[in-house]
Amino acid sequence: MSAEAIQTRRDWLLSDRPASRMQARLGRAYVAWRRFSANPLAFVGLLIIIGLLVVAAFADVLAPYSPTIGDLKGSRLLAPSAAHWFGTDDLGRDIYSRIIYGSRWTLYVVILVAIIAAPIGLLVGTVAGYAGGWTDAILMRITDIFLAFPKLILALAFVAALGPGIENAVLAIAITSWPPYARIARAETLTVRNSDYIKAVQLMGASPFRIVLRHIMPLCISSLIIRVTLDMAGIILTAAGLGFLGLGAQPPLPEWGAMIASGRRFVLDQWWVAGAPGFAILIVSLGFNLLGDGLRDALDPRSGDQ
Amino acid sequence: MSALLEVDDLRVNFPTRTGLVQAVRGVSFSLGRERLGIVGESGSGKSQTGRAIMGLTPPQAEVTAKKLAFDGIDLLAAPARQRRALRGKRIAMILQDPKYSLDPVMSIGRQIVETLRTHEKVGKAEARDRALAMLEAVQIRDPARVFDLHPHEVSGGMGQRAMIAMMLIAGPEMMIADEPTSALDVTVQLDVLGILDKLVSERGMGLIFISHDLRLVSSFCDRVIVMYAGKVVEQLKASELRDAQHPYTRGLLNCMPRIGFERHPLPVLDRKPEWAA
Amino acid sequence: MNAALSIDGLEVVFDRFRALKGVSLEVKSGDTYGLVGESGSGKSTLLKAIAGLVPAASGTIAVNGKTLGARRDKAFYREVQMVFQDPYGSLHPRQTVDRLLQEPLAIHGFADGEKRIQRALDEVGLGTGFRFRYAHQLSGGQRQRVAIARALILEPSILLLDEPTSALDASVQAEVLNLLEEIRRRRKLTFLMVSHDLAIVTHMCERLMVMQNGEAVENLTASQLIGHRVTKDYTRNLLRASEGFVRTA
Repeated sequence: MSAEAIQTRRDWLLSDRPASRMQARLGRAYVAWRRFSANPLAFVGLLIIIGLLVVAAFADVLAPYSPTIGDLKGSRLLAPSAAHWFGTDDLGRDIYSRIIYGSRWTLYVVILVAIIAAPIGLLVGTVAGYAGGWTDAILMRITDIFLAFPKLILALAFVAALGPGIENAVLAIAITSWPPYARIARAETLTVRNSDYIKAVQLMGASPFRIVLRHIMPLCISSLIIRVTLDMAGIILTAAGLGFLGLGAQPPLPEWGAMIASGRRFVLDQWWVAGAPGFAILIVSLGFNLLGDGLRDALDPRSGDQ
Repeated sequence: MSALLEVDDLRVNFPTRTGLVQAVRGVSFSLGRERLGIVGESGSGKSQTGRAIMGLTPPQAEVTAKKLAFDGIDLLAAPARQRRALRGKRIAMILQDPKYSLDPVMSIGRQIVETLRTHEKVGKAEARDRALAMLEAVQIRDPARVFDLHPHEVSGGMGQRAMIAMMLIAGPEMMIADEPTSALDVTVQLDVLGILDKLVSERGMGLIFISHDLRLVSSFCDRVIVMYAGKVVEQLKASELRDAQHPYTRGLLNCMPRIGFERHPLPVLDRKPEWAA
Repeated sequence: MNAALSIDGLEVVFDRFRALKGVSLEVKSGDTYGLVGESGSGKSTLLKAIAGLVPAASGTIAVNGKTLGARRDKAFYREVQMVFQDPYGSLHPRQTVDRLLQEPLAIHGFADGEKRIQRALDEVGLGTGFRFRYAHQLSGGQRQRVAIARALILEPSILLLDEPTSALDASVQAEVLNLLEEIRRRRKLTFLMVSHDLAIVTHMCERLMVMQNGEAVENLTASQLIGHRVTKDYTRNLLRASEGFVRTA
């Protein structure tokens, strides 16, 4: 494409007088993207997360060995080499392959938790903030009860009650991670609920349900997305923690936390067994944190109006 | 009479994503010990002119001028320390809303005392006495009580008076007032203007009065500068406002509804691109 | 009986503070009625009480002869709409003009939305070039025009105007005032307009009420005010203040 064509397309996106709904929306997204991509660290974060997605999608192609079936006879606890890039574990399984398959579980946990916890928090927070009075008091006291316990302890209690397994771990993490989102959504709601533009919609005769859903929630979503992204690292670590304690993913699932747990017995002599999944967790957590910081700059509702 | 402030070809530019925004484009004027009004609509650069003189332009902006001198001191060449010392001591500024310019967690009296003591070496007791006298000078009826109040405990008019007291305590020679009464009720507005007027004439200060309200400015100031799109379009004596030449000044005067002059519809301003050229 | 709006003994109380102390007024259909006062006079509270944004402690409000209950129904909002003071705060920051104007139509189930939006934008002099802009892509005057278009799109008969031009430049103010007058003439609307500026109120309104501390000071016609035929000192003070600064020395 010629430089001229790119230039006109950019002008079209940045136009002050968009001619269609589509152009207005794309223009807004483009401005956010420009702000985001101006931050190199955020870009690194995005690349890491894209890398994670690609690895998870093409795990079958990328992994040279089976993640669950090892060679017990000939390749137990081998040091990293050309044949086994990250070495092998105590059951003779290739750690590199297990980490690649493990990325799927990491994504599974992170996405499920976000899908469950963020909407609950958003709903509770906006309803509490907009309704005020008794509704607010009851909803926020429930939120406080959840916040009163350390997250991991609460998750442990839930998993203990529900029984170990990765699905229950996800559920437990989701149940314990919505309260901060409710807090954020409520705070945002309180700042906008007395604004004239919300009053104007009330004067249109809109129902409270419609106001919360269509006018208040869209304003809370960007700060929520930022917060959820920044929390992803914590979610991965909690999932890994539960896995490490034997309450999350069960063997032989190649979940990173469980892999560290099984590798801790030989961490002094065969450091790679626990070290490689630990390193993977570190990189992915870093990626989500960098991405979240970048999103904060790009989506900040206060700067977004300029 | 030597000029207190000389401004020649003042320019303020803001670099932005989409290019350079020229907020002030070559403004020149001089100020003696008089009341000078700068009038313009939003975006005319009137506030940025005041801020540039005060040295309060945001750091990303570029300020240039052939000459920007206060009492012979080149303000653009002066080191930051000297400018800070000038600010408050010899040049003061009043902003539109006292709510945002007073420190909310410090009592009004203490703020005035602090201001005085940063500029002069005076004892605590003397500083307090002078602060009380200043509060009295801005016609606050019970200065001892107001001295101990916090900004949120006083009305807008009272807050603006306290702000004026704070700005005048160090005895500045020049004051820049940026929309000092726009946030106040009309009756309070006149009280505050009266106080300002008295202090300026008693102390022989130079005053730059920045406002969007052409009629108010012309009734208060000696001279008026009319700004449009970062430029001065007209400079005239306040008493000669009715004979204004520039169509923008005339349009601005005309488009306001006046009691006793029925005009339906109101004449509107037909902006010509050459005014901004 | 042709009173578009009649209010009798309206009281509004916020946490024991009486913001309105028994105010009564009557606005004839097709009239422009002005409420003048300084901050704290209760003039904006009166508008909000009519719109149902603040609850009335006692007193009655009747619109076109129908007395209103504590809750406003949808039919009320098709009769009464409001334009707010601050054009920067009254438009949703994440919605295009199109979306803003669509919302009332969706709530009230209008089918011919497309046509109405076009017409509303034309009527306030914006045209379709502005239809897909966000609030931050508009100037103050343009925003206020959008707010007026939004209020008009449900075709109300009464428009409540809360200092609609006080945040605008003088030249833009003239344009918006002219627009409001023109719309009123064309649609035969009733206006109830709040302002602190006597000049604007006498320009727009036939009748007005001066308010102070939540009470009516006096009821006047515009010509009484222009002729300085006022009875109360407070009104006289306001009149004097509106004439600008006079040096006393």
